[in-house]
Amino acid sequence: MKLEIALNGKAHQVELAQIGERLRCAIDGTPLKADAVQIGPGIYSILIDGESLEVRVEPDGGGLCVAAADHEWRAEIRDPRQWRRNRSGGSEAEGRQQVSAPMPGKIVRVLVRAGETVEVKQGLFVVEAMKMQNEIRSPKSGKVERLLVSEGQTVNAGEALAIIT
Amino acid sequence: MFRKILIANRGEIAVRIARACRDMGVRSVAVYSDVDRASLHVRIADEAYPIGPAPSRESYLVIDKIIGAARYAGCDAIHPGYGFLAENPALARACVEAGIKFIGPTAEAMEKFGSKTAARHVAREVNVPTVPGTLDPIESADELIAIARQTGFPVVLKAVAGGGGKGMRSVERESELAAAWRDASSEAQNAFGDGRLYLEKYLLKPRHIEIQVLADQHGNIVYLGERECSVQRRHQKVIEEAPSPIMTPELRRQMGEAAVKLARAGGYTNAGTVEFLVDAERNFYFLEVNTRLQVEHPVTEMVTATDLVKSQIQIAAGERLPFAQEDVVLRGHAIECRIYAEDPENNFFPSPGTILARREPSGPGIRLDDGVYAGWTVPNDYDPMLGKLIAWGSNRAEAIARLQRALDEYYATGIKTNVSLFREILATPDFQNGDIYTRWLDDYLREGRKSDTAATGSDSKRAQSAALFAAALWHAGNGESPAHGTRADGSEPSRWRAEGRLGQVDREPSR
Repeated sequence: MKLEIALNGKAHQVELAQIGERLRCAIDGTPLKADAVQIGPGIYSILIDGESLEVRVEPDGGGLCVAAADHEWRAEIRDPRQWRRNRSGGSEAEGRQQVSAPMPGKIVRVLVRAGETVEVKQGLFVVEAMKMQNEIRSPKSGKVERLLVSEGQTVNAGEALAIIT
Repeated sequence: MFRKILIANRGEIAVRIARACRDMGVRSVAVYSDVDRASLHVRIADEAYPIGPAPSRESYLVIDKIIGAARYAGCDAIHPGYGFLAENPALARACVEAGIKFIGPTAEAMEKFGSKTAARHVAREVNVPTVPGTLDPIESADELIAIARQTGFPVVLKAVAGGGGKGMRSVERESELAAAWRDASSEAQNAFGDGRLYLEKYLLKPRHIEIQVLADQHGNIVYLGERECSVQRRHQKVIEEAPSPIMTPELRRQMGEAAVKLARAGGYTNAGTVEFLVDAERNFYFLEVNTRLQVEHPVTEMVTATDLVKSQIQIAAGERLPFAQEDVVLRGHAIECRIYAEDPENNFFPSPGTILARREPSGPGIRLDDGVYAGWTVPNDYDPMLGKLIAWGSNRAEAIARLQRALDEYYATGIKTNVSLFREILATPDFQNGDIYTRWLDDYLREGRKSDTAATGSDSKRAQSAALFAAALWHAGNGESPAHGTRADGSEPSRWRAEGRLGQVDREPSR
């Protein structure tokens, strides 16, 4: 996953990848010797070269407020892949929608059944990726036409998980 | 001793009082408005009863509801905390009529010190110095000019019924006097329903130093040293400490004895605070008496090893003070920060909302008097103070270092807090040298502040990398919607959060 993140206005290329159990992050082409664990919603414990930092991330206006113990930054993210259609959270997707995995991971829970009626943004799956569990939500209100994965299954980035009509 | 105490308050002070009750084996009774059902004080107290809608004038300020709840629950005493009805003599009277003990001074003593001009009359009678100026409300424009000339500019106009900086104006020269009087008077009329003003000499860089007194019902009165509360934003205390960095044993004795003399003259009982201004030559001038427990009482507790709420309850129950003046020994130094849900980067705008995640500092010398928890929604109906962070050290430098450490540990996400402002203040040479005065923070915020506030703290390459890493992880996990985490009304955590917690429990430590 490649992102462009502007930190206090300065743009950086950030790349996330999972290699085995380890999560890797490269910034501006240089791999970080770093380890991250999610502590709570938006709270990450990050070890960089042994230095321990606890970082909080919160939406703030159109961007993000990123804070460590004694410092704050403003971050803006550009995702070149734009795999999320409704990043701004405004309109609802229309027509037949394929829900795909945003990144490689494991399906730890399937929250809906085939044929079930769902609301926009209703949780469909819980995917564990990069040691964190995240919910994948429905892009639209409608019906679960097909479920393409089951609990415990490992999926690749972009792999289709469900069809919502 | 009382069997059951009703706490006519909310937030951190209600929690504080409930804890003292528990320590003493007395049952505590909370009251709550509609928006406070899930508040910490309701959870901590032994019993809790609803008293109406969110607006305080329909709940926490309604004396009949408070007395009604106390009767219903079978309480034999009421503790008013601070704010709300704490300095309202009508509650003290209603308690007397209902046969319930009010934990505080009598209604008569409250009235004697209730208006600033009445209190200054008492001070003058017992030869406690007051700031030069009038003692009485000013009746006319002619009188105003005459008194201002006699006192000498600059002067300050203050509301007779005032507090919190409302109806207050400083005036540099005579030409500004009439306009300032009009503005301050109408402001006071709006805020307190009383537009009367009095005038004082405006002291240059004064310090706010107050004396804590305890008076039992048997004529024993002691002072428990001082608190310096000079770090204020628009006349609201922000940081308090004990002892004052400029205090000498002789000055403390003089100010303490003046405070005791005043309390005695006013027939004062229970805990009270006598506020003074102290000028650069260490002259002190009586300001007012606060006839209640103060927000900043913990710093006194830390340096005197006392429990002021417990003392208040013991005094109200008729017990004698368990110590004499010579037993009061000050030990070490304590500093308190008032943590508010407000945004220091956006003109201190209140920031109510749901607290998503929170880390509470602890460890040597740290005390957190708190009224909140993660998952709770800070209502926008009340004062946005979340709690008070207090550090104790064997000396001032150690207290500052511990407070800085605790501030670095503290966070609450989902809302904004003023924690970063404290970090900034504590790092200034002025604060570290104790070189502060009542307008210091206002001056600092206006002029002294670094233009790039982001320049504080560590902005190392590593920290930036961690920030980028975290932002990317956040985006990967949540990027779709900033509204993740809780529902808009904060009623229950979303499944996302539940899964997140599950994930933490299940996670193996990485190697």
